[in-house]
Amino acid sequence: MQHSEIPAIIQLIPLKSYLILSTALFVIGILGVLIRRNAIVIFMSVELMLNSVNLLLIAFSSYKSDPSAQVFVFFIMAVAAAEVAVGLAIIVMIYRNTRTIDIGFLNKLKG
Amino acid sequence: MSITLLVLIPLLPLIGFLINGIGFRHIPKGAVGLIGSLAALGSFAASVAVLLAFKESGSQPQVALLFDWISVGELNIPFSFQIDQLSLLMLMIITGVGSLIHIYSIGYMKHDLGFGKFFSFLNLFLFFMLLLVLGSNYLIMFIGWEGVGLCSYLLIGFWNKNTDFNNAARKAFIMNRIGDLGFLLGIFTIIHAFGSVEYTEVFRQATGLPVGDHVVFAITMLLFVGAMGKSAQIPLYTWLPDAMAGPTPVSALIHAATMVTAGIYMVIRSNVLYTLAPATLEIVAVVGAVTALFAASIGLLQNDIKKVLAYSTVSQLGYMFLGLGVMAYSASMFHVITHAFFKALLFLGAGSVIHAMSDEQDIRFMGGLRKKLPITFITFFIATWAIAGLPPFAGFFSKDEILAHAFEHNKLLWGIGVLGSAMTSFYMFRLLFLTFFGSFRGTQEQEHHLHESPASMTIPLVILAIFSAVGGFIGVPEALGGTHQLAEFMSPLFEAARQVNPEAFAATALTHSEEFRLMGISVVVALVAAIVAYVMYISRNAVPAPESETRTGLENVVYHKYYIDELYDTVFVKPIRTLSSLLASFGEFFIDLFVEGAGKLVKVLSNAGRQTQSGSIGYYVFAMVVGIMVILFWNLLLN
Repeated sequence: MQHSEIPAIIQLIPLKSYLILSTALFVIGILGVLIRRNAIVIFMSVELMLNSVNLLLIAFSSYKSDPSAQVFVFFIMAVAAAEVAVGLAIIVMIYRNTRTIDIGFLNKLKG
Repeated sequence: MSITLLVLIPLLPLIGFLINGIGFRHIPKGAVGLIGSLAALGSFAASVAVLLAFKESGSQPQVALLFDWISVGELNIPFSFQIDQLSLLMLMIITGVGSLIHIYSIGYMKHDLGFGKFFSFLNLFLFFMLLLVLGSNYLIMFIGWEGVGLCSYLLIGFWNKNTDFNNAARKAFIMNRIGDLGFLLGIFTIIHAFGSVEYTEVFRQATGLPVGDHVVFAITMLLFVGAMGKSAQIPLYTWLPDAMAGPTPVSALIHAATMVTAGIYMVIRSNVLYTLAPATLEIVAVVGAVTALFAASIGLLQNDIKKVLAYSTVSQLGYMFLGLGVMAYSASMFHVITHAFFKALLFLGAGSVIHAMSDEQDIRFMGGLRKKLPITFITFFIATWAIAGLPPFAGFFSKDEILAHAFEHNKLLWGIGVLGSAMTSFYMFRLLFLTFFGSFRGTQEQEHHLHESPASMTIPLVILAIFSAVGGFIGVPEALGGTHQLAEFMSPLFEAARQVNPEAFAATALTHSEEFRLMGISVVVALVAAIVAYVMYISRNAVPAPESETRTGLENVVYHKYYIDELYDTVFVKPIRTLSSLLASFGEFFIDLFVEGAGKLVKVLSNAGRQTQSGSIGYYVFAMVVGIMVILFWNLLLN
């Protein structure tokens, strides 16, 4: 542990607070995915979950003075951006075809 | 002696089988018969050449190694052929008589659709039989042994559109399997006891054993069970009369030259072991004598021309085993040889009659054929004379030699033999008289159709008739001024047996006048039986009662072959069938339960799984989240 190298400004807020915040964000994201029926909102909730994880990664990275986690964050952001580009395109196409993006209606993958 | 020549003997029939067997749809009929017969004849020529080479090189037994075959641990079984007096004699019979039967078949089977198939099977039969006698160890003998079993199945059921014929083929096959089990166990015991199956090695070791050794007793008994199956002795004889379902040349081949003599061959081959087991020999003698009498008595009342001959074969095989049992090994071989001639002749003659009668086999509807079929009649007459044991034809010498040895050994067995001989004479002359004498009793159409058979059939008949007439002279006993060349020739075969039990091979204790008396008795008995047959069927013109007539008492029992088939049916076949159908339904119940249960289970489960695939994304995601949580909690619990 290299607590001595952690900048004082960061130490103002304890790690525990970051944990609680990101957990809260993650759970909000999950609830959003589970409860909302609008595909766009679900998408946004997914983004929220991804960002809560990003936040956690950055917090740990700072507290441990290990920058590698921040590289992961950039990766996650890049992948999320790509995913959004594809996902939104799909959603737009669905909307054009069905005039709805209600996931309750989209059950064509039924077994 | 060159190995090539030796290998050619079994190889030629095999090649014939392959050519005809693969190409029987394309090869023209003329070529099929030629190929099949040439294969047999070539094999015969090679056998003669080997015989000559054998004599030239000083009549020493030789083992020709072809290749190493099986070696497991201590056990080494080479694939090799043994040439000695016994295998040479068998080779001559098999290829000689076999060739004649092949030639005869060209004429007999001419109109059959399965002509090519028939010839390929005949060749295969010959091949396996040659393998059986040529092998230098019990395992090769066993290959041949199984092979002829297979071929007899194929040939007996040759006309396989008829269910009865197929049943006969199956019966032959299964009965032989029972015997084969004994034979196989015998081989295993030999391996266990001697660590080898090579004849020379086994017999060399066996000479060191005492007479009456219990292991040898077990071996010889097991081998004898095999012989009982193949050579149709009580109680495994019922397949042989049924084997008449096959085409007549097949009957001739099975009965005369090949398969059924395999048991005799095997016992003579193992003479050292049998000499060491007097108890087995007693059993062999009794089984042989009883079979001889029993089968002969059934033959008395049979009306199917081939069935009579079939029972006569069983009976004659009984004589051979009687001879083996009293240690008259060479006399039995003598009878094998003479029997091959006259029994082949009888069957081929019967085939000629059947051919002329348009497939009628019941002698009640024949009669008076001697004028229409002169060659068949004369040759059949010679064969009848020979099998009845009347001098000077072949059967007289061999049968009398066996009976003389039996007399020396046990008067009762001799008595049974003589009684059987009387019956043989009676039923054979009955057959002859009913078939060839008197007036014709068949239909008009048949009478019109009557004709002598073509040359391809009559020439083998004539050749066999000559051999049946003079074949006995290879073994004229001393009492009649001969030297018994056959016994002389075969004598080295029994060298080892002579060592272990010299007394058994001592010169006969019978004086010449006693021998003459014995011969006189059997000749008179046979003559009287023949005269009785003459009186009954020619003077009185009697014809056996038709099927519909009710028979009473003993006649009924004999007519129905002592109900042995029915007995086997009730004692073995039916209970086994019931048991197996019971087991089958039980087995099927459980297997069905298991197999179908598994199927149903999968169906139910998958149906349940299908319900979860609602297509609702929210539901899927929920399931995913729940799943992840379960995994997380699981990990938490485990740690």
